[in-house]
Amino acid sequence: MNAHALRPDLRHIADWITPGASVLDLGCGDGALLAWLAANKDSRGYGVEIDVAGVTACVERGVSVIQSDLEAGLSTFEDKAFDFVVLSLTLQAMHNIEGILTEMLRVGRTGIVTFPNFGYWENRWQLLLGRMPVSETIPYEWYNTPNIHLCTVYDFERLLKKLGMWSTGRVVLHQGEKIEFLPNLLGSLALERFERA
Amino acid sequence: MTEPRSIGLVTAQKAVFDTPITLSSGATLPHYELVYETYGQLNADKSNAILICHALSGNHHVAGRYAESDKSAGWWDNMIGPGKPIDTDRFFVIGLNNLGGCHGSTGPSSIDPATGKPYGSTFPLVLVRDWVETQARLADRLGIRQFAAIIGGSLGGMQALRWTISHPERVRHALVIASAPKLTAQNIAFNDVARQAILTDPDFHGGDFYQHDTLPRRGLRLARMLGHITYLSDDGMGEKFGRLLRSGEYKYGFDVEFEIESYLRYQGDKFSDYFDANTYLLMTKALDYFDPARHYDGNLVKALAEVQAKFLVVSFTSDWRFSPARSREIVKALLDARKQVSYAEIDSKHGHDAFLMEDAPYHAIMRGYLNNIAHEVNA
Repeated sequence: MNAHALRPDLRHIADWITPGASVLDLGCGDGALLAWLAANKDSRGYGVEIDVAGVTACVERGVSVIQSDLEAGLSTFEDKAFDFVVLSLTLQAMHNIEGILTEMLRVGRTGIVTFPNFGYWENRWQLLLGRMPVSETIPYEWYNTPNIHLCTVYDFERLLKKLGMWSTGRVVLHQGEKIEFLPNLLGSLALERFERA
Repeated sequence: MTEPRSIGLVTAQKAVFDTPITLSSGATLPHYELVYETYGQLNADKSNAILICHALSGNHHVAGRYAESDKSAGWWDNMIGPGKPIDTDRFFVIGLNNLGGCHGSTGPSSIDPATGKPYGSTFPLVLVRDWVETQARLADRLGIRQFAAIIGGSLGGMQALRWTISHPERVRHALVIASAPKLTAQNIAFNDVARQAILTDPDFHGGDFYQHDTLPRRGLRLARMLGHITYLSDDGMGEKFGRLLRSGEYKYGFDVEFEIESYLRYQGDKFSDYFDANTYLLMTKALDYFDPARHYDGNLVKALAEVQAKFLVVSFTSDWRFSPARSREIVKALLDARKQVSYAEIDSKHGHDAFLMEDAPYHAIMRGYLNNIAHEVNA
C-alpha cells in the first residue's frame, strides 16, 4: 500500500512520523494508518478503538489494537511509552479534551491531532446566515452531531499554551490539499503536532 | 473459504508416555496416557498446528461427533471446523484431555499399575505448568516444534499464557479468552465451597470411593450448581428463566418450583453422572494455584519478559467470574513488557459462558486474528 492509498489527513500525519518510531493511534478505526506505518516506516504501533468492527478490522490486518474507551483515559499505557501519540478526527467528539491532551503527552513525546477547523469560511458564512454549519468536515446537523467541542486553529493553539504545550507543526487542508494562505479561514481540516513546552 | 460446517465424524487417539514426569508438587508419575483428537492436516513444515486447551470440566472432544446419531457435538464445535473461525481446512487442530482428567487421560479414576486399583486419593495434584509440560511432550511426539497458536478460555487461557512463559519459542500466538492472570480471593472462595461440597459428601470416602462402589454424587451436583451460577450473569439468567414457575403457582415447599431451580438441578445431576469428583477437586485446585508471577516477585511483567508470542486477549462484559478487568491486567502486563497484544471486550450478557457461545462480533474477531495467523504460516 502506498501513501496515496491513505486518507489525506492520515497521509500528512504519516509524513510527520519518523522511521522506526513507536506510535499510539487513538481512535484508530480500521488501523489503516498503523498498517501503513508498519509497512513503510518500520514503526511499532498500537491502536486504541472503542468500536468492535474497528477492532476486528485492525486484527484482520495484523495491527495490534486495544478495545477501550478513550474517555476513560490511557491508564493501560505507561509514561513515555511512545514516540508519537495520534488522535485523528476524534478530539471534537470527546468530553474531556484537556484530559486527553494531557494523557497524550504523558504516554508519548509528541502528540498529533487532526480536527475540523470551525474557522473555515463556509462555516463562518453559514453562521452569518443564521444556521449551524454543515460542511464536508462537519457533515452533521446540530441535532445529531457527535461533535460537542468544535474549535478553530487559533482556539486549539491557545489551549495548548494553557496546558503548557506548544505546537511544533501545523498543516491545514481543504479537500486534501494544503492551504498555505489564510489557513484558519480557507482550511477545513487542521493537523497539529505538539509537545511539552 | 468453504461454507462453515461441522468437521463431521471424529475419533479420539491415545498417546502413552513411559518417560516419568515429575510434577510441580514433587510427585512423580512413572507412566501416563493422554487422550486427544486432531482435526485437519499438519502441513509439510508443521507450522499450522493449533492447540486447544480445555477449561475446568473440559476434555479432548472439541469438535465434530463420534457417531451420526450423537445429539451434541464437541464443546467448541461452533468455533472449530471447515470454514469456521478456527478453520480446519487451514489448521491442524489438537484437543486433549488434561492429565488428571476423567475422559481417558490418566487421572484419579484411572488404574494405578502399581496397585491394580484406581489412584483415588493417591493421585498427585497437577498444576497448569505440569499440563503445559505434558502438552509439550505430546507436541514432541507429533513433531510439532512451534504452535501457530495456543488457544484457551478460562482455565484454558491460563494454560495458553503459561505456555508462552515456559516455552517462549514454541508459541507464535496465544489466544487467551475470558481468563485471568491469577484468581481473586472471591474466586478461590467459590472453588472452595464447591470442593467442600464434595469433600464432605459421606460417599466421598477420602477420595477412594471407587472401592466402595459409590460416588459422591450429591457433592459433585452441588459443586456444579454453584459453579454454573457463577458462569452465568444475572441478566442472562433473568432473561432465560426470570421467576418462571413450573406449575404456574406457589407450592409452599422445597421441591422444584422455579424454572431456574429445575435447570440447575438438571445440570447438576447430568454432571454428577459423567464427571469424576477427584478430577473436579484437582482442576479447581489448579485454578487456585495458578499464578505465573509467583516466581518473579509477584511481577507479571517480569514473568512475561522472555515471551515471544503475540497475544489476542478477549473478555466479555457480563463475565463477573473472570471479569474484563482481569483480562486488562494481562493486557497491561504484556504492554509494559513491550509485547504484541490485541484486546477485545465483547458486549455479551452470557457471563463467563459467553466464550463458548456463538456470537457474531466475537467470532469475527477470532476469525480475523486466525486469518492473519494463517497468512503468516502460509496455511
